[in-house]
Amino acid sequence: MTSTTPAPPFDPRVLKAPHPVPGAPNNWRRFLSFNTDAKVIGLQYMITALFFLLVGGLLSMIMRGELITPAADLVDPTVYNGLYTMHGTVMLFLFLFPILNGFNNLLIPPMIGAPDMAFPRLNAAAFWMVPVFGVILMASFLVPGGPSGAGWWAYPPQSIQNPLGHFINGQFLWILAVALSGISSIMGAVNFVTTIIRMRAPGMGWFRMPIFCWTAVAAQAIQLIGLPVLTAGAVLLLFDLSFGTSFYLPEGGGDPMLYQHFFWFYSHPAVYVMVLPVFGIFSELFPVYARKPLFGYHVVAIASFAITFLSLIVWVHHMFYSGTPQWMRNLFMVTTMLIAVPTGIKVFAWIGTLWGGKLRLTTAMLFSLGGVFNFIFAGITGIMLATVPVDIHVGNTYFVVGHFHTVIFSTITYGVFAGIYHWFPKFTGRMMYEGLGKLHFVLTFIGSQLTFLPMHAAGLMGMPRRVASYDPEFAFANVLASLGAFLLGVATIPFLLNLVSSWVRGEKAPPNPWNAIGLEWLLPSPPPAENFEHDVPTVISGPYGYGLGRPLVDDEERFVAKAANASTGA
Amino acid sequence: MTAASPSGSPRLWAVLLLLAAVLGDLAASFWMAAQSHRWLPVPASAAAGPVDDLFALEVGIGSFIFLGCSGVMLWTLLFNRAPKYDLDNGDPIEGNLKLEIVWTVIPLVIVMLIAWKAIDVSTTLSTLGGKVRVSGGHAAMHGAEGPTAALVAAEDPAAAHPIEVIGRQWSWEFIYPNGVHSSELHLPEGQRSFLRLSATDVIHGFYVPAFRLKQDLIPGSVIDYSLIPTRAGRYRLRDSMFSGGYFASNQTDVVVEPPEAYEAWLAEALRQPLRPAANAATDLYNQRLARGDRGWATVPPAPPPLVHVSADPTASHEA
Repeated sequence: MTSTTPAPPFDPRVLKAPHPVPGAPNNWRRFLSFNTDAKVIGLQYMITALFFLLVGGLLSMIMRGELITPAADLVDPTVYNGLYTMHGTVMLFLFLFPILNGFNNLLIPPMIGAPDMAFPRLNAAAFWMVPVFGVILMASFLVPGGPSGAGWWAYPPQSIQNPLGHFINGQFLWILAVALSGISSIMGAVNFVTTIIRMRAPGMGWFRMPIFCWTAVAAQAIQLIGLPVLTAGAVLLLFDLSFGTSFYLPEGGGDPMLYQHFFWFYSHPAVYVMVLPVFGIFSELFPVYARKPLFGYHVVAIASFAITFLSLIVWVHHMFYSGTPQWMRNLFMVTTMLIAVPTGIKVFAWIGTLWGGKLRLTTAMLFSLGGVFNFIFAGITGIMLATVPVDIHVGNTYFVVGHFHTVIFSTITYGVFAGIYHWFPKFTGRMMYEGLGKLHFVLTFIGSQLTFLPMHAAGLMGMPRRVASYDPEFAFANVLASLGAFLLGVATIPFLLNLVSSWVRGEKAPPNPWNAIGLEWLLPSPPPAENFEHDVPTVISGPYGYGLGRPLVDDEERFVAKAANASTGA
Repeated sequence: MTAASPSGSPRLWAVLLLLAAVLGDLAASFWMAAQSHRWLPVPASAAAGPVDDLFALEVGIGSFIFLGCSGVMLWTLLFNRAPKYDLDNGDPIEGNLKLEIVWTVIPLVIVMLIAWKAIDVSTTLSTLGGKVRVSGGHAAMHGAEGPTAALVAAEDPAAAHPIEVIGRQWSWEFIYPNGVHSSELHLPEGQRSFLRLSATDVIHGFYVPAFRLKQDLIPGSVIDYSLIPTRAGRYRLRDSMFSGGYFASNQTDVVVEPPEAYEAWLAEALRQPLRPAANAATDLYNQRLARGDRGWATVPPAPPPLVHVSADPTASHEA
């Protein structure tokens, strides 16, 4: 019968689903709608974030074009200041936070066996604030005087000088965008934490939960504690800028240092908000591709919360040369250095997972290995930066820029790429091309070392960060960094090509293409709108049981068969 | 695991291999630590020695850990690869409590040792004096008495007469106890120099890479600072805290010279007339105005300070 009727070119389940599912015909419009399905929201976050990755990357390449020669000759110094400010702001608030929230939305409900997020409408509202503040931030390119040129720290008094005196100015829009981003992230955090605490599958105790969910809770806890502080600090800054108050202005009895405390109390932990989920991704991927249980699962899980706790008491290490008294420098040096212990535990656990494994070098595995390799380097330079006397030399130089980008790009963004290659089949129902993926990895790996290693060298020799021009002795390191940055731009091409072409015409993905253990792999690819719906499996063992011969859930064969049947459309 | 003999004790070749790897790692780390001094500018202050040694210590320890970890990763990449079509699992090891305790305690001990050493170095240098907030804006600043000035004066009379360092958008001004104004900083070699840092508009950073020292200038505050230059020469002083439009141009030189030469320079400088200092930011801003004021908004540069001695933009610096 089916031989005469051609198979429908789409998954027939969409006709029955309460919400359209990815891959359904002519339903791309739902990505532009206020959809409450976590999987649609997840993809909305990711596509928005990837768009802004391109925007931020373009800005960085103009910057590197300026810095390829010592003199400020490509753009005016004021334009350079605006570009670096917007590069940082776009990459943090419009690329990394949204893309990680995309992972949270896609992964948390299937991983814990929940049908959706706890608050679907709040979830959609949190997402739709992203394009809103994205547009506000981009609009600041068009206002008289250009966008904010005060850096993503926006330290007063410099940030509130407002040279043209207009009420609507680049800095005003910047603060508005950051405050909206903060509110959006708080809304997301409430949702993720509630979902994980309240909606786990039967039998899934805390110590049967995948590490990604552990790190998600640990990271989102920081958002809940820290973001209100930054948002309050930003509101006070807005008042100083626009309404003549002087919270931060010495002329009116204020103190510019107050802002630095507000800012770093959140913005240092913010790096952990971004890196913790990536630690989660590494912890998920190594067991799959090394075919071994995660080494020391319990300790790795708890270490996430040790990082959360410590991250909240280290912020003054950004202010070692701001007139901070010696006892306070020493105290914050010690707390900062303690972070090496839980992060070290994680790194050693990953290496322990690799040891004696059966490694499969898929693209996802390559990005994970590369990410951990880079992170070990960044961890060591991080300890150097925590050391007060060394920081007093290298602080605010390109050494910090090199360290920060090794964390934010060469670790976090590597982890994001690894996660995309790993879970793309699950959520689109299509396999990505491994050849293009490996090309993407090789170009990215070479490009990132070439970009960020020379920055460390320039910083050690005393090149300040944020400069539009520099003394000729730094030229060699900067030429290398610029070439590396352009190579990273080239590396994006195979990635985008891979994303688009595999989504459109890639090979159909089976429910569990990597032979992985986890609730999300017991679902069809892509999963139906409500995941397991009313047939939620009962978890009977911990995650990562590779080689242990124990089933993850009760009646596992039935779920495997069900997912396989759903995927073939039978 | 693979190297364990049936009796359970590790094989000789495995022990030897591990020993060779550790020794190789150690040798490479010592080499890196020795190299690290070459990655830094010439040492020109009393701070440079201890800071460079501390950095070398961290480079050594860091190299050992980095090479050790990435060496193990490389080993697994070479010898633990699954052959094609091998769908088997690896050894199902879930953890090892002893190992986990070891790799918790050892990093803890290492970072605490580094911290202890760093506190020791900071105490020896004690560059940062007190900080006092001044009310009523900039006018009061010049007359303000630094907080620790009286305290330190008992030990070192020079502390009572510090050199005023004033940061502006985008110029540096130095006022010496004898009344000389300059836009390049002259310091005597081999003695502790006392500085009093203040900023008139936004935060700036007083950063001399060759000294390995950096201190922010905070508007509304006066900060006492001291340092001991140890090597004659001309070094860059850079603004290290982003200060707006022409931030990158806000640099000048520090000239360290023997005390006699310094005294002679002070005396000679006082005989020069006061005139506006040469200033890169002012020149760049005038060029911008000449091109029709294109670019994004910036405050105009503060007028260059009136000085007896202006920085020489053509002089070449050592670091």
